[in-house]
Amino acid sequence: MNNKITYAKGILTAHQYLLTKYKDVFVIGQGLWSPWYVGQTMANLDKDFGRDRVIDSPVSENAVTGAAIGASIFGYRPIVVHPRLDFMVLASDQIVNEAAKWTHMFGGQTKAAVTIRGIINRGGEQGAQHSQALHSWYAHIPGLKVVMPATANDARDLLISSVLSDDPVLYIDDRWAYDDEEEETEIVEIDLAAQGPKVKRIGSDITLIGAGYSAFQCLHVADVLKKEGISVEVIDLRVINPIKHAVMIESVKKTGRVLAVDGGWSNCGLASEILAGVVEAINPNQLKSKPQRLTLTDAPAPTSKVLEEIYYTTEEQIISRVKNILKNL
Amino acid sequence: MNKNLLSENDITQIFDSNLLHEPIEISNISNKGRLVELMKKMISIRFVENKISDNVADGTVKCPAHLGVGQEAIAVGLAEHLCKDDRVFGTHRGHAPYLAMGGGIYELFAEVLGKEDGCSKGMGGSQHLFFNKNGYYFSVPIVSGTVPIAVGAALAAKMDNKNGVSICFFGDGAMEEGTVQESLNFAKSHNLPVVFVCENNFFASHMHILERQPNQSVARFAEAHSIKNLIVDGNDVVKVSNISKMAIEQARRTNEPFFIEAVTYRWKGHVGHRDDMDVGVMRSKDLGIWKERDPIARLETALIENNIITNVEKESLYNEIGDLINYEWERAKKATFPQLDVLEKLVYFSNKSMR
Ligand SMILES: Cc1ncc(C[n+]2csc(CCOP(=O)(O)OP(=O)(O)O)c2C)c(N)n1
Ligand SMILES: [Mg+2]
Repeated sequence: MNNKITYAKGILTAHQYLLTKYKDVFVIGQGLWSPWYVGQTMANLDKDFGRDRVIDSPVSENAVTGAAIGASIFGYRPIVVHPRLDFMVLASDQIVNEAAKWTHMFGGQTKAAVTIRGIINRGGEQGAQHSQALHSWYAHIPGLKVVMPATANDARDLLISSVLSDDPVLYIDDRWAYDDEEEETEIVEIDLAAQGPKVKRIGSDITLIGAGYSAFQCLHVADVLKKEGISVEVIDLRVINPIKHAVMIESVKKTGRVLAVDGGWSNCGLASEILAGVVEAINPNQLKSKPQRLTLTDAPAPTSKVLEEIYYTTEEQIISRVKNILKNL
Repeated sequence: MNKNLLSENDITQIFDSNLLHEPIEISNISNKGRLVELMKKMISIRFVENKISDNVADGTVKCPAHLGVGQEAIAVGLAEHLCKDDRVFGTHRGHAPYLAMGGGIYELFAEVLGKEDGCSKGMGGSQHLFFNKNGYYFSVPIVSGTVPIAVGAALAAKMDNKNGVSICFFGDGAMEEGTVQESLNFAKSHNLPVVFVCENNFFASHMHILERQPNQSVARFAEAHSIKNLIVDGNDVVKVSNISKMAIEQARRTNEPFFIEAVTYRWKGHVGHRDDMDVGVMRSKDLGIWKERDPIARLETALIENNIITNVEKESLYNEIGDLINYEWERAKKATFPQLDVLEKLVYFSNKSMR
């Protein structure tokens, strides 16, 4: 196959695949009958698969999420869609207190095979309540798997494996990545439990680590810096809870330098977890420079364009940080 | 429907978009000057929103702007009865209540343009407006977010014992959030002076209310919580004003909550400037009928028919308001953007002294 696939198309294809092959899959959430909320990621699914399996919902995040989790006990594999993580906060009770806990607190006798799809939708002067990347928050919760694809084929295959997983999975996709393209691969059903960080660019000077859109930025950065003779290794985390550090540790042992890049805030965030996991396992003398992280400023998202411009991490910022690290700054 | 459910109009009329197109009833109002003021306010709000709409269309305004064109009468009718100790909370569709309470046009324009002179200092855009001169107002776009906040503001007002009242605007979609039900129950069981104002425009973004709820009227939720409630033609500013007066006075006097369902229709899409297309849903046919229930035209025609204003006076009023709005818009465009350091300085209130 030599077709290109976009990230958005990857998500759409996964839905089509799942709804066609698995009768126990249904999708529920806000905006499913409108292209406006979820971009092209769900185009025409309601028409192709019927509105009894692709269900647009009232403005009731907590109840709708809970209802999907409830249906999952009785043999269904629902996907719940939240067009923004900010709105999904209202559903946190059912996700965090219910779905994530059952396997443990009922002695392994029941499960919540539900996939909750939360979309990061930032920029455009939307401001503080419409822009949050809260993946680190949820990755803190044992019992809740958190998946963040960075590339188109992963967007497709990780959604499929999330839905087929017997655990509750929070699958977080990012609208900024929707148009990103790559060569389409064959769909393979992969076991989510076996998934984790992947080296997506091999390099020797520094290791860049991130998830979701941040990993996607790092891949671009590696390609740009390659032309300048800087060899960057990029690790795309893919699954951030449970987090597996081994691939990261091996890479940093090799390069001696690490920069964690994350689209969330710094305090108690994913970038901190990346560095902690690496540093704990490495001898200080194996490091050629101080491990660093690049995150959002610890402030809510602004609206005014002049502030928005300095708020979000750009590829240029990653590049200059890499260069500083290489100069041991 | 429950017999306790009062109504100024026959409820079936209110929900029939083919009806109530005629000029509103004003013969029983002695102070006609007041009606002219209401008209001016509504026209001004509409012109402000149309200005923003034009600038969304050409890309000058970038922030999401949810326009309330067609819904002006609700905020304007209610604001007549507010006092300085009152507190009002709005939604993503928050321009009209802000302006009706006396929020500045220049400050709103500056806010949607992300300027330092904006009502939220350029930190909020259209969706997050702040104003605390004639009472206290803010609006946020998390659906239902301000409903418990308004209840808390009512609790504080009751503790203050100064007869302050809390007003909460929200939409028919917000009724579907659990927190709204919890808030209604809490407000009633603790007798808090809050007036819940549901602007029922039948839509939550692309979804009609009958795709989301078993009934197109939401007053039943108030009924379930034993809260006195009224359904009103939200496009009749006099009726809205009468009912608001009663609700607010009752809350002031007895600390009883009240629930108003104001039935209306928005003329623009859910967000942005287009009026024929609503986040993927064409509503052209219904929209045309609802435009016949224009809250401004119905009042204007009544004023002209009753010889309170002439057509010539109406024209000059339009020009006057139009000129003012153009002037304020140009001024806002020239305003400066926020200083870059506010991004970090404005995170904690206790840090503000650093400025
Ligand atoms: C908690 C939450 N869920 C979803 C949204 C997305 N959203 C924004 S406005 C809106 C519709 C609200 O409808 P309604 O309450 O009737 O207000 P209207 O837009 O009609 O004024 C939705 C679903 C949101 N902002 N917040
Ligand atoms: Mg509505």
